[in-house]
Amino acid sequence: MPVFAGSELTCLRGDRLVFTDLDFSLAPGGALVLLGPNGSGKSSLLRVMAGLLKPVRGRLSWDGATVADDPDAHRAKIQYVGHLDAVKPVLTAAENLAFWAALGGAADPAANAARALDRLGVPHIAGVPGRYLSAGQKRRLNLARLLAAPAVLWLLDEPTVALDRAAIALFEGLIAEHRAQGGMVVLSTHTDIATPGGAELHLDDFTPYADDEHPDDHHHEGEDAP
Amino acid sequence: MNRFLRMVGRDLRLALRQGGDATIAVMFFVLCVVLFPFGVGPEPNILARIAAGVIWVAALLASLLSLERLFQTDYEDGSLELLSLSSLPLEAVVVAKTLAHWLVTGVPLIVAAPLLAVLLNMDAAGFGTLVLTLLVGTPILSLIGSIGAALTLGARRGGVLLSLLILPLYIPVLIFGAGAIDAAIHGLTPRPHLLLLAGILAGTLPLAPWAGAAALRQAVE
Repeated sequence: MPVFAGSELTCLRGDRLVFTDLDFSLAPGGALVLLGPNGSGKSSLLRVMAGLLKPVRGRLSWDGATVADDPDAHRAKIQYVGHLDAVKPVLTAAENLAFWAALGGAADPAANAARALDRLGVPHIAGVPGRYLSAGQKRRLNLARLLAAPAVLWLLDEPTVALDRAAIALFEGLIAEHRAQGGMVVLSTHTDIATPGGAELHLDDFTPYADDEHPDDHHHEGEDAP
Repeated sequence: MNRFLRMVGRDLRLALRQGGDATIAVMFFVLCVVLFPFGVGPEPNILARIAAGVIWVAALLASLLSLERLFQTDYEDGSLELLSLSSLPLEAVVVAKTLAHWLVTGVPLIVAAPLLAVLLNMDAAGFGTLVLTLLVGTPILSLIGSIGAALTLGARRGGVLLSLLILPLYIPVLIFGAGAIDAAIHGLTPRPHLLLLAGILAGTLPLAPWAGAAALRQAVE
């Protein structure tokens, strides 16, 4: 089974060194929770893992095979959920989802989309155009992509934003199920998402110098680990 | 291929449901051409002389009008990130979106052009060539424009910047497009002009998606 790992990752945004010499390793069924104050590089690390952002140094690998050598194979293994929901206002929820499922290579995208909406507990929004969806419904629609176009590694950037408590519980169940099937999850969060047995990565440990702008702001956030 | 067609289909569906872009481009095209008789006077000979150039310049401007939106909405709502992570190569995404853009904005121009040629008293000998040059030329406009649209993503006043970047690159298309029509009207063969236009299309077809995809990768980073 594949192991996803990164070593000596260093990320630069503008002139600012976000994190340096960061190592991680993720085995099948594993979860990695990224913790740290705002600006500590959680989103940047997820974007580096997805391949959207190139690290200035360090490498990502699957079982020792460098990702940069075969980015296509890497892309086939991941599903990325970012801050933006990528919902088209004039397409219905089912059409939005079916498009991503088809792009992910699903044989029957429409059926996949319907099933995924069902699992996320929102089958009734299938025929609703994106512009009439609430923030929480859009987020569920975006998360449904994880099921409609399955991938081994889920990269989730604050996936529970705008979700209600019931939806968070539902989503924790989906993560657990994904991991039980050998999937992997990397997620950043400011709220508690239960990931039993998951590892934690404190990004402020890899920041080259202390945040000299607002030393006390947000510092508590690193401690509310699940 | 299936994914590519899906991508084209999605963009067509988006364009048709929103409805705006296609009609705006063709309305702009018609209005732009109709303004000329008011400006230069209703003298049929003068209008016939400038008809080819006027129609082509109006076509350039009309295609430019909707180009700004080519990647903008996908960029703003996060779709572009997901597209760049999908198994469809980003170059193919650019081709698909450009093809959809051409079908929605370029084809209506081609349909409207002969009517405008009548309005401007163009010699009937040039009609066939007019349609032919637009058929070869408007895809070039969309392709070159896609590079500009990708490069100006995220820039303030991207639309203006896009015009400044792209209009100079449209000049060869304008020269050979209008030249072919003039040649046909004067009883010469438009073939060399058309071949040169086709050559430009053959050059931009692989180059523009490659450059556009490179610019998009920069934009999502």
